[in-house]
Amino acid sequence: MTIQFNDETFRGDYSFRNSPWAIKRFPFPFHEDSYMYSVNMEQHRGGPAGSVFEKRFDVDEHYVSEMRDRALVLAEDPLRCQSLPHMTLAGWDLLELIMVSKSEDYPDLFELHRDGDRWRWVNKPLGIDDTFTFMDETTLPYGPLEYITRQTQGDFAVLDQRDDNLWMDAGMVTTQADWSLDFDIGMNFFEWHAPVPLAHEMGIFKRALKFLMNVQQGAPARRLNWTMTVNPLLDTSPENYHKWGIQKTELTAENIGAKQHLRVELQTFYRLPRSNALVFPIRCYLIAFQDIVTVPKWGRRLHRVIRDLPEELATYKGFIANRPLMIDYLSRYDDGLPTSPGVWADLETEPPLQK
Amino acid sequence: MSRIQFPKSIASRPVYGILAPRPGKAHLMIADAEGAEALLDLAAQDAGLMARAHILYIPRATGEAYTERLRALNPAQLYVGPSFDAALPRLRRVLSDAHMGLQVYLAGTEGLMGRAAAEVAAAGIPYGAVQTEHRGSLARRMQCVHCKGITEDVTTDPFVCSHCGLNLFVRDHYSRRLAAFQGVCIDAEDPGNIPEPVELYK
Repeated sequence: MTIQFNDETFRGDYSFRNSPWAIKRFPFPFHEDSYMYSVNMEQHRGGPAGSVFEKRFDVDEHYVSEMRDRALVLAEDPLRCQSLPHMTLAGWDLLELIMVSKSEDYPDLFELHRDGDRWRWVNKPLGIDDTFTFMDETTLPYGPLEYITRQTQGDFAVLDQRDDNLWMDAGMVTTQADWSLDFDIGMNFFEWHAPVPLAHEMGIFKRALKFLMNVQQGAPARRLNWTMTVNPLLDTSPENYHKWGIQKTELTAENIGAKQHLRVELQTFYRLPRSNALVFPIRCYLIAFQDIVTVPKWGRRLHRVIRDLPEELATYKGFIANRPLMIDYLSRYDDGLPTSPGVWADLETEPPLQK
Repeated sequence: MSRIQFPKSIASRPVYGILAPRPGKAHLMIADAEGAEALLDLAAQDAGLMARAHILYIPRATGEAYTERLRALNPAQLYVGPSFDAALPRLRRVLSDAHMGLQVYLAGTEGLMGRAAAEVAAAGIPYGAVQTEHRGSLARRMQCVHCKGITEDVTTDPFVCSHCGLNLFVRDHYSRRLAAFQGVCIDAEDPGNIPEPVELYK
């Protein structure tokens, strides 16, 4: 299908909207009526046609506007993209992975023509047609990591593997759930996850690290993570928290349906061939509460998950103060009927709201 | 008594030990203020260490209290300087000559140990060759996550960023690269509501 790209903003007037197509394919993260941490990894080998899992790097209607927002963030704060000196090779690996994947998965949008080291990259949605020499940084306007991730939705953490650990030694981070690349760069897997409550004690990170260190070339993995964001603000950075934090207090019973967004991260994990680094794309999808509840199963389930979530998690995810408002709103879309297992909307089989 | 047992914390927060003599041809010791006591204790365990030791010492508020006692240990080289920044060119020069097997001993405040450890790591010396022992002030070196400025010697929570003036709360999240803890705006969601500063670990 041809994607109609939205002209929209993720700041200021917040004109971001999801089309009915985007709502239907939204990666709803809860496979049952409750939530707790788990090592919820699975192979990233496509998914149902049209779903966000189908392609290696999903491109959707928000692509062009998200890339414009990224450019704004970088202009304001270049520290959002950094690469320690030994990570340049991994940047080339990532550039290759994305260019090959996108040109194969979306031939109508992206083209890659390779003649030895001489590469021509055509990105039609962004109007880019560049010819460069692979592995020669002087032939690109940015380093390879920055060049390709200015053209790819989602944040990117590039992890070096050594000493039986993963080290966050490079990244492009402008759509993050409140963590700082500039602060965390150079940390190992346990250090950058240090602020997460409960999961360390549950052994989550030890098992996740073991899994990730064994991800092989050509066998990527994925998982979903989620949090809450008031307004469709992509850049919920700690750097700018003193500016956006106040927005969390602007939620009311009247505006919550439009203002409160579920924020879902599709995290994928790819082994890179030359550097043996692991790249960890973190793709952010936003959806307004009023759009989630148009799917009866999701409305029922989200109410139960948010109502029953342990307090530590609601605090860590930053919505403990707004939880009562959320529960009030969502309870109107929960009639107590059972929900079908799994994350899919099941619009044809799940009954409409009975109240 | 200048030793403290830090409460259990998150995985990025450094933990410190007690310096112990290790075999090696060369020993680099970096300390500030009461950290000198840890070096004196170290020398007491193995007096032979000092003939192969290079000490960089920053007395800070302790003035002359320890310098003569350190000199009396007869280290191969002793440098007494006014600040870590002043000592930095010398430290980098020393590290540029370092060989495999160099043993590094850091003692004193968290800020001193953190900055020295970052320099030592940047020189390619493995973490395993570096020992640390906290002595003296509980002050922390804090980075403001908003303006990126570093405020040295923070002793209260919250505190005022010495660069941008925001009121920041003290996190235990720590960057070894920056040698700093993270400070985050405390009144972002309730502007002007700033709790009374409390002394750290009180």
